[in-house]
Amino acid sequence: MNKLLIKEHEIVVPGQELAEGIEYLPSSGTYRDKDKIISMKLGITSLNKNIIKVIPLTGRYHPKVDDVVIGKVVEIGFYGWSVDIGSAYNATLSIRDATEFIDKGEDLTKYYDYGDIIAAKVIRTTKYDSIDITTKGPGLRKLNGGKIIEVTPSKVPRMIGKQGSMISMIKDTSGCNLLVGQNGRVWIKGNETEKENMVTKIIMKIEEESHIDGLTDKIKKLLENKNGSL
Amino acid sequence: MAAYDKRVSGRKFDEMREIEAKVGIIKRADGSALFRMGETIAIAAVYGPRELHPKFMQNPETGILRCNYDMTSFSVPERKKPGPSRRSVEISLVTEKALLPVLDLKQFPNAVIDVFIEIIQANAGTRCAGISAAALALAHAGIPMRELVSAVSVGKAGGKVLIDLDKNEEDVEDATDIPVAVTGRTKQITLLQLDGNVTKKDLIEAIKLAKEGCDKINMIQQKALKDAYKSEEE
Repeated sequence: MNKLLIKEHEIVVPGQELAEGIEYLPSSGTYRDKDKIISMKLGITSLNKNIIKVIPLTGRYHPKVDDVVIGKVVEIGFYGWSVDIGSAYNATLSIRDATEFIDKGEDLTKYYDYGDIIAAKVIRTTKYDSIDITTKGPGLRKLNGGKIIEVTPSKVPRMIGKQGSMISMIKDTSGCNLLVGQNGRVWIKGNETEKENMVTKIIMKIEEESHIDGLTDKIKKLLENKNGSL
Repeated sequence: MAAYDKRVSGRKFDEMREIEAKVGIIKRADGSALFRMGETIAIAAVYGPRELHPKFMQNPETGILRCNYDMTSFSVPERKKPGPSRRSVEISLVTEKALLPVLDLKQFPNAVIDVFIEIIQANAGTRCAGISAAALALAHAGIPMRELVSAVSVGKAGGKVLIDLDKNEEDVEDATDIPVAVTGRTKQITLLQLDGNVTKKDLIEAIKLAKEGCDKINMIQQKALKDAYKSEEE
């Protein structure tokens, strides 16, 4: 009576039946209706023995602990800062998570002002709407200058490549400073505007062609060509 | 009145107009879709989940859905005065109620999901095209949905039960228009309105016809969503 109706890595849509029978268990992105497992999202299936999961292909960033994200300061209060990280809710950066020591009653805009772009790490998420972030840690700081482009959060792993291969290659060949947040925001800073623009084009290319095999090699060729012409 | 055996458009009585569905047409939206039935074209954009303002509308138990239906001034032969009207407020409300049963907004407390439906060309059946487009856009925005929703109008004109009436048929004297929305998997009716008179027998027949039509629309919707991401499959 237990039957799997889909293959691994298959695109499914909301309402599509994934499996039949009580042997199978629903995980994130799915639900059970009587003896059937049904998809709740537009995504790709992932099987782990009898556990079925749907990894969403679209949608807003869903925060996970230990993710490095790029955010923008939108509000300053007594408690600290409120930061837009592209998820459904703003994240909170509290005073004690911001930097070493801040005196009571000090002007918080000295550290992070409205509109500042910061790289931060998610330290806590509740089941619902509260997200806590920190800027204590290596590489976590205010990002000065450069530009930000947005990509779909589900494509971030491709952007980074295996063990960061893609990103370090772009960094090395272009000489630009690059930071990819798990929330799909990419910060680019180079010495010349032309180089920044070139990296922007490359990033957009990766987003468009993220499914192609051997993408790293293709991008490598493109980078070398462009470098020659610059 | 003489019973006709042919429709003005040459369609069969249970034949819908040509349908086209596409997702991802608006870059800056979280989810978007276009849905076309013959000359009726609806586009839908979804923004959110995001923080809800004004604050007093926030619900700490669940997220809320906010639909906005509007017709562009150039969508009809006689210029339509832009902005909300009695009619568009009603359609916004019924659209919201047609979509809400399939959504799972419990995981977004205090948040809102905004759906904007714009009719860019109208030839009857706009609320149905709007609902079908909105369902696609919501799925494309990654909102948790138990199933899709499809909608089609059925009705009676010239003594015959028809599916997907166009403007000519809707304007016939004593014509009846019944917009119906049906969920994709469990076949539940989430919208049922009626404009005109109808007998019980005809209504049952019309709803049966609508369910068959919605089945076909559901297939087209599923295909549109899958096609947009086909290249991702490994």
